[in-house]
Amino acid sequence: MARRAALVLTAALLASSALTACSTEGPGSGPAAATKARSGGPITMGFAQVGAESGWRTANTKSVQEAAKKAGITLKFSDAQQKQENQIKAIRTFIQQKVDVIAFSPVVESGWDTVLKEAKDAGIPVILTDRAVDTQDASLYKTFLGSDFVKEGKSAGEWLTGAYANQPGPVNIVELQGTTGSAPANDRKAGFADAIRSDGKFKIVASQTGDFTRAKGKEVMQAFLKSQKDIDVLYAHNDDMALGAIQAIEESGKKPGTDIKVISVDGIKDAFVAMTQGKINVVVECNPMLGGQLMELAKKVVAGETVPKRVETEEGVFPQDKAAAALPSRTY
Amino acid sequence: MTPHPATDRASGGAGRRLAGHRLLWPALALLALLLGNLAFHHDFFAVRVRDGHLYGSLIDILQFGAPLILVALGMTLVIATRGIDLSVGSTVAIAGALACGHISTAARPGSVATMVTAVALALGVALVLGLANGLLVAGLGVQPIVATLILMVAGRGVAQLIGDGQIITVTSAPYKMIGGGYWLFFPFAVLLAAALVALTAFVTRRSALGMLIESVGGNPAASHLVGIRAGGLLALVYVFSALCAAVAGLMISSNVSSADGNNAGLWIELDAILAVVIGGTALTGGRFSLGGTVLGALTIQTLSTTVYTLGVPPETTLVFKAFVVIVVCLVQSPAFRAKALRRRRTNAPRPHKTAGAAPQHQEAGA
Repeated sequence: MARRAALVLTAALLASSALTACSTEGPGSGPAAATKARSGGPITMGFAQVGAESGWRTANTKSVQEAAKKAGITLKFSDAQQKQENQIKAIRTFIQQKVDVIAFSPVVESGWDTVLKEAKDAGIPVILTDRAVDTQDASLYKTFLGSDFVKEGKSAGEWLTGAYANQPGPVNIVELQGTTGSAPANDRKAGFADAIRSDGKFKIVASQTGDFTRAKGKEVMQAFLKSQKDIDVLYAHNDDMALGAIQAIEESGKKPGTDIKVISVDGIKDAFVAMTQGKINVVVECNPMLGGQLMELAKKVVAGETVPKRVETEEGVFPQDKAAAALPSRTY
Repeated sequence: MTPHPATDRASGGAGRRLAGHRLLWPALALLALLLGNLAFHHDFFAVRVRDGHLYGSLIDILQFGAPLILVALGMTLVIATRGIDLSVGSTVAIAGALACGHISTAARPGSVATMVTAVALALGVALVLGLANGLLVAGLGVQPIVATLILMVAGRGVAQLIGDGQIITVTSAPYKMIGGGYWLFFPFAVLLAAALVALTAFVTRRSALGMLIESVGGNPAASHLVGIRAGGLLALVYVFSALCAAVAGLMISSNVSSADGNNAGLWIELDAILAVVIGGTALTGGRFSLGGTVLGALTIQTLSTTVYTLGVPPETTLVFKAFVVIVVCLVQSPAFRAKALRRRRTNAPRPHKTAGAAPQHQEAGA
């Protein structure tokens, strides 16, 4: 399920980057229609979620629900159970109920034009979260709020170049890729490679897919540990693979985090626990907790203010010394 | 796929009998893969003792291959009855999720008693799942591929429900032993798999059970006429398959100390079927070979390790694997070997002009 989500995300991100380029007049046409629907009182938001296919998604749902309560926004929540028709039905219901703003994570990228047009005609602004849609008409939605995977890879690479700034090379890196062809895997690989390219001492000596899972991460790392003489750094595209690989490193008699530096992406709770134990050196966050940002955007959109067409989620980089402090706040 | 060339040759001398042995070609394929690894990585066969246990690539292959060997073991008996069990991957996920779920909520997660109840719980549920499959196939006469497809689809959902969609992480030394621990220098999982294979071989070959299974698969009508009750046997093999899958699920989740309902055992049913086929058991039922299945499972695991060792880029991994599998399957096929060998034999003494036509004459004569 996560793979399919990732795949959809790739396509969606590609589509969205293409769209933002030609959507300069998009926001201008919307505000007049959007403000028409407002008549004071608390804002009502209709949120159509993809489903509950992963821990990341569950945390995402929780974040939206809690943030709505905090912001005093009435939330009408619908779970599409991974089906587009359910989501379209939910959006139509939201339109009939005359909510002030609709937010949703599209299950798939295409086939949204009709229902989004209905929302636009009803004067209800739409915000996309986490995944984008593929449409010719960028005025159908106000903004897209989600992560930038290339930036995540870059942050990971920048941490590495910083950590080894004063040390002589070569630095041998092994990479555990995500599911082959998925957006997070492609982008996190590209971003990381980009960040370390400037310095010749950084060398990726082996790179294989670990399918985003612990079992595969462990299996591939065990093979790496035998086929590569000298490994200084492990870069894993998600925490689960890193956690599996850590076990492999330990079983080989080495100390993860010390003998082999471990860089990971996502920021799940288990990874923070491993970080407090010194087994992971740095985690680049991929944040599902976009509720707060979503509510802020919703308020602005409903008030008729112009918002950027693409908003990135706030994502931190957590080195080891910050892990203990951040651990209690990790909810997923 | 005619068996005649093999049996003809087997009736010859000792060397010929070896050449005709059904395990020869799977064994050679595995050996060739291992030697291929050795050529690229000279340390490949090195096995050292580290922290009181064996450490090396070969040990890795055995350890990661153990769950596949078990799933394929159960699959072999199912396939021998002309059936197929697609639900093993889901059973793997359910068993892992149940055991880890139980341990994570237990009062004393690290105790042996908790581990034993977790294992018993997983095996008990697997028994019920196997019975459900067996009932559908034997009792209601649903085609095996359809009957087990139901659990294949639904089971993964059940596994996710057990874990609430999350990965369940556990810290339990006794549970870790099953898939990640070592005993007498060897990975415990390998010893467990070896014991189960030996036990299965003993029971099926020392009693009439193996022959009964083969007869039900080889010719259901004839076996019915001679008075073999197929229903019980069918239910038995599906229960056995589910139990094997459950043990494999325990190994997989124990090895990484966590249960992932989404991904544990994903597509392992296909790997298992492939292992059975590489091992020389026909999907049409009848004769089965447990030794061949073990070789087949190890071949598949070696192939994965080869990909990592050679550094095959992830984009081409699947093509590489498919290529190797095609070669292994072709080499195994007596019909293909007969053709290839004959072509070479007839080519040598004759002039080039007639080389193309010669094999066809031979073929017609045979």
